[in-house]
Amino acid sequence: MGSGRFFGGVHPSYNKGLADSSAIVEMPLPERLVVFFAQNLGVPSQPVVKKGDEVKKGQVIAEAGGFVSTPVHAPTSGTIGSIDIYPSPVGVDAPAAVLVPDGKDEWFEGCNVERSSEGLGVKKIKEMIHDKGIVGMGGATFPTHVKLSPLAEKKMDLLVINGAECEPYLTADHRLMVEHAEGIRDGASLFATVIGVRNVVVAIEKNKPDAIEVMCKAVVGCQGFSVEAMDVIYPQGAEKQLIYTLTKRKVPAGGLPMDVGVLVQNVGTALAAYEAVRYNRPLIQRVVTVTGSGIREPKNVLARVGTRFEDLVKFCGGLEGDAAKCINGGPMMGVAQYSLDAAVTKGTSGLVILRQEEVTQFVSDACIRCARCLEVCPMKLNPSALSIFIEKMRFEDANEYNVMDCIECGCCAYVCPSRRPMVHHFRRAKAEVRKLQRKTG
Amino acid sequence: MLTAVIALAALALLAAFGLAIAARVFAVPHNPKADEIEEVLPGANCGACALPGCAELARRIAEGKADIDACPVGGESAAHTIAAIMGMEFEGGAEREVALVLCKGSDQVAAKRFFYNGIYDCNSAVLVFGGDKACTYGCLGLGTCAGVCLFGAIDMVPGGLAVVDPEKCTGCAQCVAACPKGIIKMVPASRKLHILCSSHDKGGVARKHCKVACIGCMKCVKAAPEGAITMDNFLAVVDYSFEIPAEVAAECPMNTIIVTGDAAGACEEPAAAAGGDA
Amino acid sequence: MARKDLEVLLEDNMEGKTPEEKPAAEPTHEKPAPRPGPRPKKAEVGPRFVVSSSPHMHDGRTVSQIMRFVIIALAPAALYSIYIFGLDALRVILISTASAMIFEAISQKIMKRPVALRDSSAALTGLLLAMNLPSTSPWWLIVVGNFFAIVIAKQLYGGLGYNPFNPALVGRVVLLISFPVHMTARWVTASRFGTDAVTTATPLSQMKESLATLGHIDIAFGREEIFDLLIGNRAGCLGETSVILLALGGLFLIWKRVISWRIPVMFIGAVWAMTGIFHLFDPAHYIDPSFHVITGGLFIGAIFMATDYVTSPVTKKGMLIFGAGCGIITVLIRLWGAYPEGVSFAILLMNAATPLIDRYTKPRVFGAVDTKAAA
Repeated sequence: MGSGRFFGGVHPSYNKGLADSSAIVEMPLPERLVVFFAQNLGVPSQPVVKKGDEVKKGQVIAEAGGFVSTPVHAPTSGTIGSIDIYPSPVGVDAPAAVLVPDGKDEWFEGCNVERSSEGLGVKKIKEMIHDKGIVGMGGATFPTHVKLSPLAEKKMDLLVINGAECEPYLTADHRLMVEHAEGIRDGASLFATVIGVRNVVVAIEKNKPDAIEVMCKAVVGCQGFSVEAMDVIYPQGAEKQLIYTLTKRKVPAGGLPMDVGVLVQNVGTALAAYEAVRYNRPLIQRVVTVTGSGIREPKNVLARVGTRFEDLVKFCGGLEGDAAKCINGGPMMGVAQYSLDAAVTKGTSGLVILRQEEVTQFVSDACIRCARCLEVCPMKLNPSALSIFIEKMRFEDANEYNVMDCIECGCCAYVCPSRRPMVHHFRRAKAEVRKLQRKTG
Repeated sequence: MLTAVIALAALALLAAFGLAIAARVFAVPHNPKADEIEEVLPGANCGACALPGCAELARRIAEGKADIDACPVGGESAAHTIAAIMGMEFEGGAEREVALVLCKGSDQVAAKRFFYNGIYDCNSAVLVFGGDKACTYGCLGLGTCAGVCLFGAIDMVPGGLAVVDPEKCTGCAQCVAACPKGIIKMVPASRKLHILCSSHDKGGVARKHCKVACIGCMKCVKAAPEGAITMDNFLAVVDYSFEIPAEVAAECPMNTIIVTGDAAGACEEPAAAAGGDA
Repeated sequence: MARKDLEVLLEDNMEGKTPEEKPAAEPTHEKPAPRPGPRPKKAEVGPRFVVSSSPHMHDGRTVSQIMRFVIIALAPAALYSIYIFGLDALRVILISTASAMIFEAISQKIMKRPVALRDSSAALTGLLLAMNLPSTSPWWLIVVGNFFAIVIAKQLYGGLGYNPFNPALVGRVVLLISFPVHMTARWVTASRFGTDAVTTATPLSQMKESLATLGHIDIAFGREEIFDLLIGNRAGCLGETSVILLALGGLFLIWKRVISWRIPVMFIGAVWAMTGIFHLFDPAHYIDPSFHVITGGLFIGAIFMATDYVTSPVTKKGMLIFGAGCGIITVLIRLWGAYPEGVSFAILLMNAATPLIDRYTKPRVFGAVDTKAAA
């Protein structure tokens, strides 16, 4: 396997030591859960419950709204208290069901029953993965069954299980690999079966030697499996960069990994898929790294989907007095929250709380054209020129300078000495360009 | 010395001839009326007529392809002058409209949900949770509308709130299109009573978010002529086809309703309105 | 007026409802600075968190830090100039830096911009201009140069980040054209403290002189001369004399990742290569390329002026083209122009080409589809 080194990237201070040695702890059921109906990228799911309904753990509360959509399941048994608008952790206010647990935590009929995954057909596995609401758990929440359905003309030859976890602070995937290596391996085999590939690479950054060791042991004797230790550089875990590092193949701009015959799945997704197929368990809980200097006891928490951040924080000892920024996900790509009323979704890999002195403020000074952003942009864009165009509302020019290829990794803003909110600019431009494209058809 | 002078003069003469000939040969035929009309038009190239610039509109009017009152910015006076140029009669078109920001919630009265740190522009700010105001309907106060106004008619008052000066507003409606919250409306310039709120939140929520929000108490609906103010999902909305007496403003317990005066001094009620009890 | 009524109404309202929170008296028309961070208040009322777009981390480098790095890199050469030219050099440096900062503050005040002396960019411009002046410069010459550098070339264009031309070089070139006598004819040799300064010419003008009078080059360029040139034992502007210290400063900047190697290396390389070719063919009329490289303002120009962020390309390819272009124009002026030295003009000309270079060297996006291969 050829190994490349993708262009650009940065070395932020990782601060993973806060939580990387603490084992995953399951959080007791909170008093209420806030389950968002839209838990995946693509078409939002359609709610099928109403206020006052009794639901069982694992029961469907929202059905898939289309092909690029997945169902959402009740994370425990209880009553739907209300359906209202809540601050969704991805940056919008969205409808959610408030679930008041009855404390019995009873499974819905048929769920959590062990069964053999031997001899299941490709179609059946995909169906189970869809029915159990499995989405990409690295943060993007793209429905997994869609990714497992590459176009017939694409010849797939490699499955990459992404354990890079290049985001600073986060250790959820790290702990998952250390504690559930076999499950991840078995989930990966399922994926490999579905897309019909023999080669599976588990890609892990070198700053997780224990995970590499455990994973290596787990795949001993598995035909076609290997574990690749990768250099520590952000954004090593971004799909296109990861594929380039492992195979030197370049995913075409505007294309997908399947264009180069590769499927990338997060380690958490692999485990969730395994549990869905083997135990008929829907995706109703996930590991969330609650960390940062603003939290008293950083932990890796196994939390139900719908656990409010407030309860998570309480479970981890509470906030420090001057906690000033609360981030859903990692600090490079995560979404800052304005309230702890938001709740864990399938894509919540971490909750990072920063203190006042660590919060960097954007100030939007003039670009001095120092070109540091060009040096770090892993997509080889010209962020400097882009941000200047966008400031002048020249969105067509921004489009011509490939703003749509931006992966929003944040490297440019991370190094910008003028503290320009680069990613914010690019998000704005992407929205405007999409508007323009819709207009012109 | 002399040679230089002669040479330069000859050169100048030659160039002048060249230019004169070129001007004749390459002359673009155009309508003298269009030039006259363009003189009358405001010349701001604001785009209110949906054409690329004043010159284009002038050409169209001269060719009879556009109405003589097609420029909302020039208004009636321009229409009259253009009518004279075209040898037509102008009998008065639609009433002049001005933009109005339907929000009164400056930082002093409206609560914030978070400290926004990002691009100083409303269209960018809405990308993070729809803005930092607790009221998700309200003016974000970052001045995007003031930025697109070519006539300097929009002021940002202290505390982050856009206020349109009806005197300066030409009705081009660029701000209406620029506002991501969609709270700028075109209203007839002659109307003086306005309900400055866009919140469809229920009364209790609206009150918590903003001290001058419409709480949907319907007092103004009852006080106003039948149908002049209607309720739309917890928000009182003025129907500008009605004339509403200024006293109705005093009914509002939240001070949401304002009455603007004009040069004629038609309004002496604002003090009473402002003194209303919360 | 109607609008006034509206505002009065609004303000009345504020007073009536929240007397303790009267509207702030600050003007709102100018673009305000970033919103203040959270108040250190623990109460649950009001917002608690800062919300911004990602990323939420920063590597900590600031504009003023970068400017300070450049000043530090220049410091050895500046100090050395004081050593060789005496207190006169110190006088030039102090007047220049101070007047640059004063002009910056005044123009920012007048233009109602926030006064940003703390970013040290004005101080750097002043220092750079001083390094490009002879030690004999009268005070008014320095002030006029800084006026053009800061007010005309920088602030009138919108301030730091918007100026198309390197401010310090604009200042120098204005002086060079307007006051040629002060700028090119009053050189003194290195005096060291105590020794009397002797009026002399710069090596490059000596070369031109010899070419004009004798028809061929007649300049000693042996080991001793090279050593003198390297350590700065010669006539010239304050900053151009000490090649070794300037090169050390450049290495420091490259090590600190403030500048990239591309522009200086291409600039100096192009000068060396081009003069080398001519020297090979006609050594009588074209002097050794090493002479061109270590004389004049090439080092300070290539390392400190051509690498100015704002006025040089941002793309890697663009930097290479820019550096090479500077070098070629410098040589053209030195060999065939009226001026003995062409570094300043070369950089300014290439500054003008920078937007064009940037546009035509747009980096290919990662995974760009190769249209030729596809077809």
